[in-house]
Amino acid sequence: MGSLSSTSSRVPLWRDVRVLRWAFQLLVLAGVFAFIFWLYNNYQVNISKSQIQTDLTFLDNPASFTIPGNDFDQSQPVRDALVQGFLNTLRVAFVGILLATLLGTLVGIARLSGNFLLRAVATAYVEVVRNLPLLLLLTFMNLAVVLQTFPRIEDAWLPLDLFVISNRGLALPWFEGSGYVLLGVVVVALLAMWLTVKIRNAQADKNGKPAYGLRIGVLIAVVIIASGWLLLGFNWTLPFVEGRGTVGGLRLDPSFFALLVALVVYTSSHIAEIVRGSILAVPKGQGEAADAIALSSGQKMRLIILPQAFRVAMPALGNQYLNLIKNSSLGATISYFELTQVAQITVGNGSPAVPAFTLTLLVYLAISLVTSLVVNYFNRKLALVER
Amino acid sequence: MIVWLKRNMFRSVGDSIISVVVAALAGWVVWQLLQFVFITGRWEIIQVNLKLLLVGRFPEELMWMLGTSILALSFWIGAVASSSKRDPDKKTSLIKTGFGLLSRFGLIIALGAIIIALAGTLDAVLLGIGTVAAIALGRLVGLARRRIAVLAKIPWLIWQILLVALPLVMIVQTLLVSDLSEWGGFLINVYIAILSIALAFPLGVFLALGRRSSLPIVRLVCTSYIELVRGAPLFVLLLLAGVALEFFIPSEIAPGAIFRAVTVFTMFTAAYLAEIIRGGLQSISKGQTEAGKALGLSTVKIIFLITLPQALRNVIPAQIGQFISLFKDTTLAGAALSMLELLKIGEAITKQDDYLGQGLVYESLGFVALLFWVGSYVMSRESQRLERKLGVGIR
Repeated sequence: MGSLSSTSSRVPLWRDVRVLRWAFQLLVLAGVFAFIFWLYNNYQVNISKSQIQTDLTFLDNPASFTIPGNDFDQSQPVRDALVQGFLNTLRVAFVGILLATLLGTLVGIARLSGNFLLRAVATAYVEVVRNLPLLLLLTFMNLAVVLQTFPRIEDAWLPLDLFVISNRGLALPWFEGSGYVLLGVVVVALLAMWLTVKIRNAQADKNGKPAYGLRIGVLIAVVIIASGWLLLGFNWTLPFVEGRGTVGGLRLDPSFFALLVALVVYTSSHIAEIVRGSILAVPKGQGEAADAIALSSGQKMRLIILPQAFRVAMPALGNQYLNLIKNSSLGATISYFELTQVAQITVGNGSPAVPAFTLTLLVYLAISLVTSLVVNYFNRKLALVER
Repeated sequence: MIVWLKRNMFRSVGDSIISVVVAALAGWVVWQLLQFVFITGRWEIIQVNLKLLLVGRFPEELMWMLGTSILALSFWIGAVASSSKRDPDKKTSLIKTGFGLLSRFGLIIALGAIIIALAGTLDAVLLGIGTVAAIALGRLVGLARRRIAVLAKIPWLIWQILLVALPLVMIVQTLLVSDLSEWGGFLINVYIAILSIALAFPLGVFLALGRRSSLPIVRLVCTSYIELVRGAPLFVLLLLAGVALEFFIPSEIAPGAIFRAVTVFTMFTAAYLAEIIRGGLQSISKGQTEAGKALGLSTVKIIFLITLPQALRNVIPAQIGQFISLFKDTTLAGAALSMLELLKIGEAITKQDDYLGQGLVYESLGFVALLFWVGSYVMSRESQRLERKLGVGIR
């Protein structure tokens, strides 16, 4: 009977799990607050000693530096300079993500190729690049390739007379003067293509005949772009050397080019491993089933394997995209005017360091959040719908 | 041979075209590389600056301490490696063992040989021979423990402490005697990476446990720390630490570049390690915790005796991967904090008066790349080997 009486008596306070849990949490919270307060207190004491401004008023001061490849004026405020830097970050990150995904996927597939040579070269590429520091690749691209190996503008390389390659940057053929018209036509063409594929596939589902949706869609898109070209006449220009610069075409700054190549090469080696792993994760029966219904090896990859592999790869790919965006901050080491470089320069020009860099960090955090939202959206869309 | 070629390179017309194009490209790259390494490369810039690249401005008269530390470390590595469990029935021939070791550590040996050849001094040769001898001696001591009854009676923990004591004392002594601000080159990359991972590991474990905790406030604190740090670029954190760390600590402490770098690398790596360890914890089935509870163990004991050891073992490769990326990221300290680490010195030596404008960037960056590449590659290979040995994922 003794046991019965002991269960009915109350548990003492210091052994009650609920009380302990909350006590422990409050303790942790108090510790965290104490630590933050300690940091804040140190900050206040040290700041008051050194008379440094701590608010964001520096954003309205004139920037007093120019940004290459941009009509940014010295007298414009720091705020605008940071916005330009932000746009440059987005530019290199966007192009970088596209190219790295493309290259990474190709290398990842090549890693599993039946062709011994191709497989060996892809493996060597991945193993060499993955084990080098990104900053080393970037420094190499900048110092060794662009500044040392690329010729001076006077004797620039002109492959096929389409490109101009020199240590002042790259120039590619580009559409001129009619950028928005071109963009409009391309958007219309893509929309028409997408609609065609949808409609053709829906018809094919009904009457059971082959859809050829993609082929007809591409044909329609090409027709629209071609007729747009003929009717509206947007023309493209070839770059050529004039004096100590290039005229026409699309000019890429040498630092932009170096950063882009370094980011793409480095990230693609990581993406290749992800793609390879994801392809291996697709059950073997899927490939065998594709063989059984006589799909070609290209069709098998495109229609059966890759869609399932990307479902597996999506979260890891998203991580790589985030890394690429954050790694673009290394552009500051080779004077590519992205966000970090602009922040660093304004700090050098007398802007207060803590607010400026904290603001920069918050912007990166915001970009990261938006990117992971986008990735999560695609991830949900791609995810296998189960019961 | 022909059948193999046909099967692996010339199965179809497309395949053959790919083979020929790839062979031509790869052949060209290899040819250029060989030509650069053996004919056109002017390696005297590395020879002259070898000490600067490897240890920075480390004082000449204390180099013997560094050498002794390396010997002590080699002895320890040899002893620890030989004391690992092995199937006593499995007899492997000497040639096979030698070949296995060569395929595992051939790159390191080759790198050592290159550095000795570049240095070209008697000291370097002696250090090389000494390192090999120290590893062999370590193995002998490890074997002796298994063979000699008196040694085998020493408890495991005391034996380990005895072994680690010598290198630890040597390294701490070197740290105390020399001025840390004179350390540089590859030495500082390795030092920062090891110190930061050692500091980040416990922090990462506690963050991971906190994020998995059932206590909402603890979870919130840990999650926000991890996500905030993971959303920030390392380079910007280093820049911030470079100009602003002194504002957040009492003014009596004057932070040097190494202090700033280690602080940032520790905070940063801890957040990533926490996510890796959390993954490991999630891979442990709930039955393990329940079994612990059934035995009447406290929560702390369940975590530190049951779930955490298994979780850490499951994610060893990912943890080594994190260490490799930390090792590579130490180059950022040079760019952000002007610390004289390997990459920074590699850039700087091409601007010396003797070499300015001679286009020796390929030589110096090539050497820097070789050091980082061999280090990272061997580590990642060893981690894959360890993964197979531990049999993670296979029962």
